Amino acid sequence: MRNNNPYLPYPVRIKRVEIATEDRSLRTFELEFLHQEDADAFRYLPGQFAELSVPGYGEAPIGIASSPTEGDTLLFTVSKAGLLTSHLHSMSEGDVMGVRGPLGKSYPLQEMEGKNVLILAGGYAVTTLRSTMVWLLHPDNRPKYGDITFVYGARTPGMILYKELLEEWETNSDANIHLTIDNEAPGWDKHVGFVPQIAEKIEPSPQNAMALVCGPPVMIKFTQPVLDKQGWQSDQIIMSLENRMKCGIGICGRCNVGPHYVCKDGPVFSKAELDELPKEY
Amino acid sequence: MQDKILDKSEVDALLERLGSEYDVYAPLRDQQGSVEWAALDSSSDLVWDFSNTGVSPKRFVFPQTECMMRFNNRSDDPEGMIMKQEQGLQRQQALLNIRPCDAKALKALDSIYCRDQTSNDVYWRDKREKTLYVGLACKSPCPTCFCTSVRCGPHYEEGLDILLVDLGERLLVRTLSEKGAELASNLSDAPDEAKQQAAQQKEEAEAAVRSQVGLENIQSRGIMELYEAPMWDREHESCLNCGVCTYVCPTCHCFDIQDETQGEHGRRVRNWDTCMSWLFTYHTSGHNPRGTKKDRFRQRFMHKFKYMPYKFDVIGCVGCGRCTQSCPVNIDVTEVVGEMNEPDLN
Ligand SMILES: Cc1cc2nc3c(=O)[nH]c(=O)nc-3n(C[C@H](O)[C@H](O)[C@H](O)COP(=O)(O)OP(=O)(O)OC[C@H]3O[C@@H](n4cnc5c(N)ncnc54)[C@H](O)[C@@H]3O)c2cc1C
Ligand code: SF4
Ligand code: SF4
Ligand code: FES
Repeated sequence: MRNNNPYLPYPVRIKRVEIATEDRSLRTFELEFLHQEDADAFRYLPGQFAELSVPGYGEAPIGIASSPTEGDTLLFTVSKAGLLTSHLHSMSEGDVMGVRGPLGKSYPLQEMEGKNVLILAGGYAVTTLRSTMVWLLHPDNRPKYGDITFVYGARTPGMILYKELLEEWETNSDANIHLTIDNEAPGWDKHVGFVPQIAEKIEPSPQNAMALVCGPPVMIKFTQPVLDKQGWQSDQIIMSLENRMKCGIGICGRCNVGPHYVCKDGPVFSKAELDELPKEY
Repeated sequence: MQDKILDKSEVDALLERLGSEYDVYAPLRDQQGSVEWAALDSSSDLVWDFSNTGVSPKRFVFPQTECMMRFNNRSDDPEGMIMKQEQGLQRQQALLNIRPCDAKALKALDSIYCRDQTSNDVYWRDKREKTLYVGLACKSPCPTCFCTSVRCGPHYEEGLDILLVDLGERLLVRTLSEKGAELASNLSDAPDEAKQQAAQQKEEAEAAVRSQVGLENIQSRGIMELYEAPMWDREHESCLNCGVCTYVCPTCHCFDIQDETQGEHGRRVRNWDTCMSWLFTYHTSGHNPRGTKKDRFRQRFMHKFKYMPYKFDVIGCVGCGRCTQSCPVNIDVTEVVGEMNEPDLN
């Protein structure tokens, strides 16, 4: 019955938990499916999310941080925010929980083919962009895209997620990686400043390019004028929204922005689409 | 479609046939004298001259609280913490004397509940498929009814298996689906005179729906034009955000999902929810995309009269008038929609 009931989570086991940041507010969970057929059925692309189900606590929508090119396990990086996420932070390797999905639309990977890609990420919104980068840099996909520029900002060096992977990209990939922190810190020799300032400095060209922009509202707010000045058009800018969710499949009614459900018709929208809609996000 | 005839004194025979296969529910007069949906025991309890029930029958397909799955709440048990789907409806159910508007409401919601393969609500579909809809045409619409303005009407047929037209001593039985035809198979064909009487009643009932509202300007206007109209500043003021309109409404379909545990027993349930509630959209971060009363008031009307028609080509309202009747501060749905449709929106 599981396959045709969209509310029924796949049972998974926590394979690995990692404290992801120095302030311990974020943890990364690697989940493995209890049944191989469920792993096979869970076919996703970067930008999609899943409902993490913790029996007794409910469900929370979380972006998928892993890429399907990495195998059958799934990665999620979860901020300790409320009831469910706090409980999740107390769970250990070996514990059984559930995953429901994949949900929502992915980034427009096909539309991006043949183009340069600019990624601007701030804070823990980097999760699905990690997925995207891993996917883009995979040898099967890399030739289909032009230059890749990845800008990622965190408050302090200790708040940067996925450090080893970032180092790997810096040394072994042809992507332009720009890491930045808010203020100078001892031992830090990369950018200092907010993501919009870095975007201004490196002047990414909008020529035959698409930009994926994900971060806290203030970052979005100050990045927009920079991109405008550089000549980026609203249909070249892709964003991912986060609204309160329950069903995740466009039925329970709470996540709508105008006529569209963020869970099903999004969470990925172009800025051109959002310009036509109420700012209810 | 076939028109059959049934003498009211013979309703028992029909009910017996129904009862052998279905749990039968109908609008019945309760001890306070109001007519509400309840299980039917005897045909003599049937009411033929009611306007409509205070609460819509949507709960038969979408219960106010519904168990979706259960789990063993023990992490030390190898079978623990794994969700098991709750069984579907055990016995088929028949909704006898359902008003055409209420049946149409359920039909309209199929476009959301069964939108496509990945959004296929198995709980909804299970009950939709196991329910028989025997409608009763309206004779005397209430002053708050405006069904004819929203692609519906007192004899509207879509969403029904059978439509009954009350002809006094007799009922015209119009079969509208295979299920309906089978149930009425041993009734005799309606004589022409009965068919004419039913047709005349339809005309009279439609004419008796006095409350009217236009939708043409709402349809032609852009989403942002309607959303930003000054009218919302006025119209929302008296609203209390109590949410009663969404509970009595046959097309409001929003829900919350919650886990409940007691010792080693756990279940995941869904409960009716309402866009009038502040919590409906509240983010854990503290941000609320519909943080004001005006935002929430506007959502209700925009959702039903702009967003649903735009997205699914269905109006999210069947004109039953329940929200107007139950509103504690007398907000009239036709007035608000009328404002949205005004030639100069302001
Ligand atoms: C598409 C999407 C992707 C997300 N990705 C991530 C991620 O990668 N990492 C991360 O840490 N967080 C992410 N979030 C936010 C995360 O879902 C919330 O922080 C989380 O639901 C809070 O749950 P809680 O039970 O701990 O909080 P409580 O306050 O106890 O939550 C009550 C319920 O409200 C709902 N809810 C509350 N706030 C939100 C919100 N902002 N978004 C969605 N539902 C909410 C959930 O159903 C939650 O279970 C994402 C949200 C969305 C919509
Ligand atoms: S909005 Fe009001 S009139 Fe329309 S279907 Fe709902 S309760 Fe009836
Ligand atoms: S009006 Fe509100 S409660 Fe009713 S269906 Fe629309 S969003 Fe849900
Ligand atoms: S979360 Fe239920 S409609 Fe989007």
